[in-house]
Amino acid sequence: MSLLEIKNLHARVDGNEILKGVTLTLNAGEVHSIMGPNGSGKSTLAQVLARRETYEITCGTVLFNGKDLLAMKAEEAACEGLFLAFQYPVEIPGISNAYFLRSAVNAIRKYRGEDEMDAMDFLPKLREKMKLLDMDEKFVNRSVNEAFSGGEKKRNEILQMAVLEPRLAVLDETDSGLDIDALKIVARGVNQMRSPERAILVVTHYQRLLNYIVPDFVHVLVDGRIVRSGGPELALQLEEQGYAAVETAWRGASPA
Amino acid sequence: MATTAQALQNYAEHFSGLEKSARNGPAWLRKLRQQGFARFGETGFPTVRDEDWRFTNLSTIAQTPFRLVRNGHDLPSRAQVSAYQIAEAAWELVFVDGRWAASLSSSGNPPGGVRVVSLAAELASHPGAVEPHLGRYLNIQRDPFSALNTAFLEDGAYIHVPKGAVLESPIHLLFISTAQEAPVMNHPRNLIVADEDSQVTVVEDYISLGRGEPVLSNTATELIAGDHSVISHYMIERENEQAFNVSTLRIQQGRTADVASHSVLAGGALVRNNVHPVLAGEGSECLINGLFVGRHRQHLDNYMLVEHASPHCSSRQFYNGILDGHAHGVFHGRIIVHKDAQKTDAKQTNRNLLLSDTAQIDTKPQLEIYADDVKCTHGATIGQIEENALFYLRSRGIDEASARRLLLFAFASECLDRMRTGPARSFVEKLIQHELGYRGDASRLQELAS
Repeated sequence: MSLLEIKNLHARVDGNEILKGVTLTLNAGEVHSIMGPNGSGKSTLAQVLARRETYEITCGTVLFNGKDLLAMKAEEAACEGLFLAFQYPVEIPGISNAYFLRSAVNAIRKYRGEDEMDAMDFLPKLREKMKLLDMDEKFVNRSVNEAFSGGEKKRNEILQMAVLEPRLAVLDETDSGLDIDALKIVARGVNQMRSPERAILVVTHYQRLLNYIVPDFVHVLVDGRIVRSGGPELALQLEEQGYAAVETAWRGASPA
Repeated sequence: MATTAQALQNYAEHFSGLEKSARNGPAWLRKLRQQGFARFGETGFPTVRDEDWRFTNLSTIAQTPFRLVRNGHDLPSRAQVSAYQIAEAAWELVFVDGRWAASLSSSGNPPGGVRVVSLAAELASHPGAVEPHLGRYLNIQRDPFSALNTAFLEDGAYIHVPKGAVLESPIHLLFISTAQEAPVMNHPRNLIVADEDSQVTVVEDYISLGRGEPVLSNTATELIAGDHSVISHYMIERENEQAFNVSTLRIQQGRTADVASHSVLAGGALVRNNVHPVLAGEGSECLINGLFVGRHRQHLDNYMLVEHASPHCSSRQFYNGILDGHAHGVFHGRIIVHKDAQKTDAKQTNRNLLLSDTAQIDTKPQLEIYADDVKCTHGATIGQIEENALFYLRSRGIDEASARRLLLFAFASECLDRMRTGPARSFVEKLIQHELGYRGDASRLQELAS
């Protein structure tokens, strides 16, 4: 059974159809990348998978671990093991990073019928993961993403992923706004999460990130559809030729 | 004037009853009451045509024939009261319907030479200690409720903190209204005199036991903060939703005195909290920090008048409001910077969350500046729970209801975070959690401890 099976997914927002029939299968242990020009629907796909209610599904199915993902609310999908690393993580003043993460961990444990973790048990585990991402101790008590630089916000997303240990991690343009050093740290964090039980979907506009998180499969999203798939070399090809070539080929081939 | 002759007659009858029973008291005290009553007779209750009461309609209060609670009511038991106590309080005075209840209060003497007694008892035994201060600061011309409180002045708390005394744990003043068969009023009067270099925390706490006819609690507290003193005052309103509660905290600050006034308005049908600090000594600082949480048809009115009367003083007003249902919140923040108050630094911020289409907030800054070298800023925001923040929490597995409560508690925590760490703050934190239906399994402070 594949981990994620998307079939002919159509979605719209504010009356505009953004996803126009996305079909994609991910198996556990794989790293996939979705690339595409601006407006192709990359972030929409990520948000739809995370069950953002502003997007209306008009057609198609998505099975996550054999279960109907489109029937789940955001919190259910998360408890079932789906994680979205946001492109623009929001600031939440008044809730500390430690408290937020522990609440998330316990929400998921409760869903699975496991015992909740108290602060004494949780904090050492958190600190261990923070070391892997080169994050300062002080971060623990600061409010979620408050006064964080772009790079710190993205690292915080990867830290959350490391703590929550999802089955499927969707990274929405995790590289945007990062300099090369921050990029390397984030990539290292993601690579450490590779496992035979886990699939990772890297949504990105630029090829550069994929030098560090080398995908098994690359898909190109144009106008709300996957128009080409291939191995990691496809990313390099896009880097050289740009999206225009793929777009032209796609539009030339499809009926008007 | 909107208060009817008949209504005034009701108060006149109660006033003359009080005068008779207090005829053996000191002349200065009788005169003070008379001045209060005369002033109230001139104005009656405020109406919405009074600028300071523009957003608060008092017609129900003006039309209700409140009576004084006289003798012979049953006191609650110690067990009933224990649920409301503050663990680790240094001292506790309990008042039932405005009258000190010795059997429910702390006994013996407070530590450090601090005096915490019933005002009525002190007026009877040491009136000379009270006379220099009582009524010197509260402005009965400006506010009819202050005038009415002065007219019916009988009991409350008298606290004297001697020079240099530092009381680490809070003094808890618990005001209990009991269920009555007719509408009743009580007028607690508190006097807190903190001498030079002293430090004290006082918590005024209003609760209801039982459900009866409406109660009007009309409190006035005069707080004299001596030079270099450090004072924290808390006003907690958690009565039932039939209670009317008007309170005035008049603060007089000496040189480099540091006063923090915190208020949490959660209960009551109609609540008006006035905070009126006068920064009379150079270099003094005042923090006014409030949270109001309204639901159903509650009306919560926060009024402050900060007077900068001396140079180099700083004041901060921070109010957070959460309003649901048909609740109505008011923030009216006045700052007066007098002519000689150069280098004044004043800041005012009011942030509000509206949780329903029918909740309402009126927020009004009012700055009157007569000095020319000052810094004065004000700001207000009105919003709803942020959708992006809500989705972020849900995307991590936290269910929607819990996520909403977490965000409300985070918003309320802005107020909590301005309170000094200690028993009073812990007490308020639990109160706020209870109020927001939020069961934090560990205080955020515990997260810091490991």
